[in-house]
Amino acid sequence: MIQTLAFYLFAFLVLASGVFTILARNPVHSVLWLILAFFNAAGLMILVGAEFIAALLVIVYVGAVAVLFLFVVMMLDIDFAELRAGFVKNFPLGIAIALVLLAELILGIGAYRAGALELGVPDGSAAPLMDRSNLENLGTVLYGKYLFLFEAAGIILLVAMVGAIALTHRGRPEGARGHQDIGKQVRRRPGEATEMKKPEIGKGVEL
Amino acid sequence: MIGIEHYIVVSAVLFVLGVLGIFLNRKNVIVILMAIELILLAVNINLVAFSAFLGDMTGQVFAMFVLTVAAGEAAIGLAILVIYFRGRGTIAVDDVNRMKG
Repeated sequence: MIQTLAFYLFAFLVLASGVFTILARNPVHSVLWLILAFFNAAGLMILVGAEFIAALLVIVYVGAVAVLFLFVVMMLDIDFAELRAGFVKNFPLGIAIALVLLAELILGIGAYRAGALELGVPDGSAAPLMDRSNLENLGTVLYGKYLFLFEAAGIILLVAMVGAIALTHRGRPEGARGHQDIGKQVRRRPGEATEMKKPEIGKGVEL
Repeated sequence: MIGIEHYIVVSAVLFVLGVLGIFLNRKNVIVILMAIELILLAVNINLVAFSAFLGDMTGQVFAMFVLTVAAGEAAIGLAILVIYFRGRGTIAVDDVNRMKG
């Protein structure tokens, strides 16, 4: 019963926040609705017992989307004074939303404790699962059968990181402070960089 | 009683919403990127629902891979957006066709 209730709540909220994501005038509001959509999708996933994917969704997406949100704030000309002026006015709303999210978390976990949703009866075509937790089953499959795909996923992330840095990196121009000439740094030899001094006792060194 | 059909319906509606968002927000690249994230989320819901339905972990493994690709895509997309904004001072997609070479 509580699972049915939780499913309809999560499903309704994920669709509603999807609608508001694409309809919001302000991109910042879009990002906030998107975060809500991800949160509720995580709830939908936890209902069927996929708690690891749900946690990953919250960690990766809400984390990544927070960065997206920062980008929006940095790139578009948003008046920070105006944003801060609405802070006190929006404070009760923010608290209310935080409480709603907390209640959803509790409801989701409560529904999961009451037993995962039974979506259907397996027809036996899939590899039989051991009687273990979702996380153990997932780890066995991920690091066993799909090990090389997992490595490939790591390479994709590496390429994405290198690509993003290479695209956005802007070196200092020639002559500016902090300009880096890698060839010059590599050509440098110890002989031209260090110097031996033999100070007499009690005299000190003139630099 | 909640069945696989409910999950498929939610996922389908979310997918359509994402596609609709791409068409509605032709001006704003950031919202288009978010709509793509919605589409990938719909795919993930489908994968996880079928994983639970069939009792097969493969769906959840592939949901993880979709998550990986989505993160990479967001990073690269935003990087391109940043250099585009540097050169042009705006992120309106309508002007992208002027970016010839």
